[in-house]
Amino acid sequence: MGSFATNYEEIAAVLLFVIGMSNLVFQPNLLKKIIGLDIMDSAVYLFLAAKGYIEGRTAPIVVDGILDASHYINPVPAGLVLTGIVVSVSVSALMMALTVCLYREYHTLNIDEIMMKLRKEED
Amino acid sequence: MSKKNPNYRNSFADKFTRWVKGDYDPIAGQMEMNAPDKEVFGDERIRYVHLHIVKSNNYSERMFEEGLAKNVRRFTGLYKVFGAIVAIFIACLLLWTVSYLPKFGDPNAPENNEVATRYIEQGLSETGAVNIVTGMILDYRAFDTFGESCVLFVASCCVLILLRVDKDEDPESRAIEDMNDRHYEPRNDTILQKVANFLVPLMIVFGIYVVLNGHISPGGGFSGGAIIGSGLILYLTAYGFEKTQRFMNEKVVKALTVGALTFYCFAKSYSFYTGANHLHSIITPGTPGNILSAGLIVYLNICVGIVVACTMYSFYTLFRKGGI
Amino acid sequence: MAFVQNFPFFCIILSMFSAIISFVMNGRVAKYIHVAMVTAVLILSLATLSFVVGTGESYTFMMGHFPAPWGNEIRIGELEALMAVFFSLIMMLSVFGGMAHIDREVQDSKKNLFYILLDLLMASLLALIYTNDLFTAYVFIEINTIAACGLIMIKKQGRTYVSALRYMIMSLVGSGLFLIGLTLLYSITGHLLMSPAKEVLEQIVAVHSYQVPLMVIIILVTVGLGIKSGLYPFHTWIPDAYGYTTPSASAVLSSLVSKGYIFLLIKIFYRVLDFDSVISSHMVNILFVFGVVGMIMGSVAAIKEKNIRRMTAYSSVAQIGYIYMGIGLGTTAGVVAALFHIISHGAMKSLLFISISGLTEVSDGRSDYLSLRGAGLRNKVAGAAFTVGSLSMIGMPLLTGFISKYLFAAAATTAGSKMITAWVVLAISTVLNTMYFMRTVLTLYRPVPEETHKAYTVEKSRIETAAIIGMILLNIGLGVASQPVIKVIEAGLAMFG
Repeated sequence: MGSFATNYEEIAAVLLFVIGMSNLVFQPNLLKKIIGLDIMDSAVYLFLAAKGYIEGRTAPIVVDGILDASHYINPVPAGLVLTGIVVSVSVSALMMALTVCLYREYHTLNIDEIMMKLRKEED
Repeated sequence: MSKKNPNYRNSFADKFTRWVKGDYDPIAGQMEMNAPDKEVFGDERIRYVHLHIVKSNNYSERMFEEGLAKNVRRFTGLYKVFGAIVAIFIACLLLWTVSYLPKFGDPNAPENNEVATRYIEQGLSETGAVNIVTGMILDYRAFDTFGESCVLFVASCCVLILLRVDKDEDPESRAIEDMNDRHYEPRNDTILQKVANFLVPLMIVFGIYVVLNGHISPGGGFSGGAIIGSGLILYLTAYGFEKTQRFMNEKVVKALTVGALTFYCFAKSYSFYTGANHLHSIITPGTPGNILSAGLIVYLNICVGIVVACTMYSFYTLFRKGGI
Repeated sequence: MAFVQNFPFFCIILSMFSAIISFVMNGRVAKYIHVAMVTAVLILSLATLSFVVGTGESYTFMMGHFPAPWGNEIRIGELEALMAVFFSLIMMLSVFGGMAHIDREVQDSKKNLFYILLDLLMASLLALIYTNDLFTAYVFIEINTIAACGLIMIKKQGRTYVSALRYMIMSLVGSGLFLIGLTLLYSITGHLLMSPAKEVLEQIVAVHSYQVPLMVIIILVTVGLGIKSGLYPFHTWIPDAYGYTTPSASAVLSSLVSKGYIFLLIKIFYRVLDFDSVISSHMVNILFVFGVVGMIMGSVAAIKEKNIRRMTAYSSVAQIGYIYMGIGLGTTAGVVAALFHIISHGAMKSLLFISISGLTEVSDGRSDYLSLRGAGLRNKVAGAAFTVGSLSMIGMPLLTGFISKYLFAAAATTAGSKMITAWVVLAISTVLNTMYFMRTVLTLYRPVPEETHKAYTVEKSRIETAAIIGMILLNIGLGVASQPVIKVIEAGLAMFG
């Protein structure tokens, strides 16, 4: 249990992840679901960024020709975050488009009401 | 003294004095100051409101009359409790894990191993990119980045399927979309146009700068492309579709996207093929620090920038009026 | 390096490139491009398979100029090549089988987008099969998810939007859990490529450090991919998603998309986490329980269902339960059975979904039992195909379903305490399968007065008939000549370690 008191960033990231995920799953409102999704993804990026940080070092852009690994932070998590952000942009856009279509079809953003209307259509 | 000036009338000082007194309005007749006349929309607008608002009210009323909502309310409580329990469980699990992870900012953590070291120490000579992250995502791990561009591509295809309204197939919803757009579009708003005149060139030039300097300073295709895309969106908001579509219509967006992705595909195929077969590649890192250095990275950054800018722009237009 | 060794890379790039180029083509050209691409992928994968079986060892292919811990890599062994062959074959047959429906149900201006989605789905499946890099796997999982969502809502009706939304929500939770699992794994190993990560993990296990994170990683990755592939308690999106889209899309979704994730999970178990530590974490037991429950509950839900397409979709839930039960046995034989069932379920389910489309066509487009009476007499090819598919699902000898069940039962004998449970559940599930599939087959052949459906003549489409016959032959072929396939699976699994 040694590093619980020092890993503030990771703790925040994990809590945000859970908040986002429970919003994504348990919120009935579609827009709030999408907000939850974005919180969840950002939390993972926060986690990655925290993993990449090393105390007292600078961003991985070569300055003054210094090519010593002990001078820069880890560049891998930054690359992963970049990739992840693009993925989450695409997914959010798709979810928004689905929400627009559902609103046009059922005139509500509440997933429970949509399900009820669907069931009524079936009967 | 100034009153003797024969051109005093209509001079700036005169206009200013009258503006202070309140009998001159500098933007009269140049800007839309009142809500649009009802005749502009007429019956169409009423029909639109009916379609989207009145109808929905009827729906919900009927639904509550039938008492179906009771079922939902009964389950909601249970659902909330269940959700809270699951969330707390996952949170505890992850917090427990975090407490066993290496300390924050620890230079001896497992991830600071030979991989990161080589990226930093030999990245400059192997890829030619001063920005190590760019060198990493566009050279060492270029396959990931190609997949990532394809994620954007497939998402824009899905949004096209969902939101594009085709003229020939559904005239009704096309009309609704147009009306929807006209309703929200600020028509010839002077403030917006003046600001856009100033900001749009700045944003686009800055975006191009960020894209082109992706390998020698912070930035790159994704961030630069997003800046260019937002510049285009601002221009569209200020000047409307008719002007924007002169240079950014569906054909242009498609051609740019396909061209950029095709170049990316061929360039990376070449380097994957030569790399895996241990063939000599004609691509050299060049002099680090120059704009035209770092082998293919600068061109790949341009491609990525084009794809991202086009995708952002087409997302916006699709959401706004169902067509690029 | 032999030229054949480039073929898997060509397959992936080819399918991505055909997707890109289809964006500026019209629907017809995009269709030809797709067909040509899948055929090419099939031929190239067959060549790869014969090469790998010939040499008897796996190889890695650098994606770039940098070797293992630094650059991206793909890895090709017998199992990967076999999966690529079957996935492209099933993809080809499914698209041919539902060609007329695609032409009718997808708007003309959106046909090229539909084929783009199929192309990218193929690319992402191939990448998931071949990848040797965990983050590449994540990126292609997302492509797979988005493309599958596009296939679900391609008909653009309210109901398909709802099912696409439910699919997306479940999938996003799954990928979120997978991604955070990946992040934790990166933070304790420092590697994203599978082979170096495994080496570091072996050292970690040896010195007993990071035990808690390792266990949580196993849980997160398994649950994430389990949710995405529709494991029992997370299956709620399956019936809607498979039930209402166009038949080719249903066939592709049920037989390929979810299987790609399961294959990736098996790959991660063997190539990263080390199957022994997965067994010692008791995760396999949990998978076993969920798989067993899924087998029963999926079948029960299928019996209750009146819509035949939804019924088949619920049967997919049960079949995914079989696969997870096989993994959950915790033995190599169980995993071999699961891998064989991935292939054989793909063959069976695509056949069933395609033949159902032929049957509903001659029944006013309705798919409830009442309307389907006598449909097998009206459309003889589809009726025969459905019968073969059903018999295969039940486990009739000479068909592929029998071999799967036999392998599961045989694998259970060595699984110790799980043996009795596995056997009992297999028996119950077979009985339940028989109940609902035989009921459907009997309904299909119950004669009805000619007048009720006279207006609906069978639309003869040679290409669909050929595809259905091809699928029937695939089912029989896998049932009769299963030994070579099983041998390749066993050899490929041995190469994984």
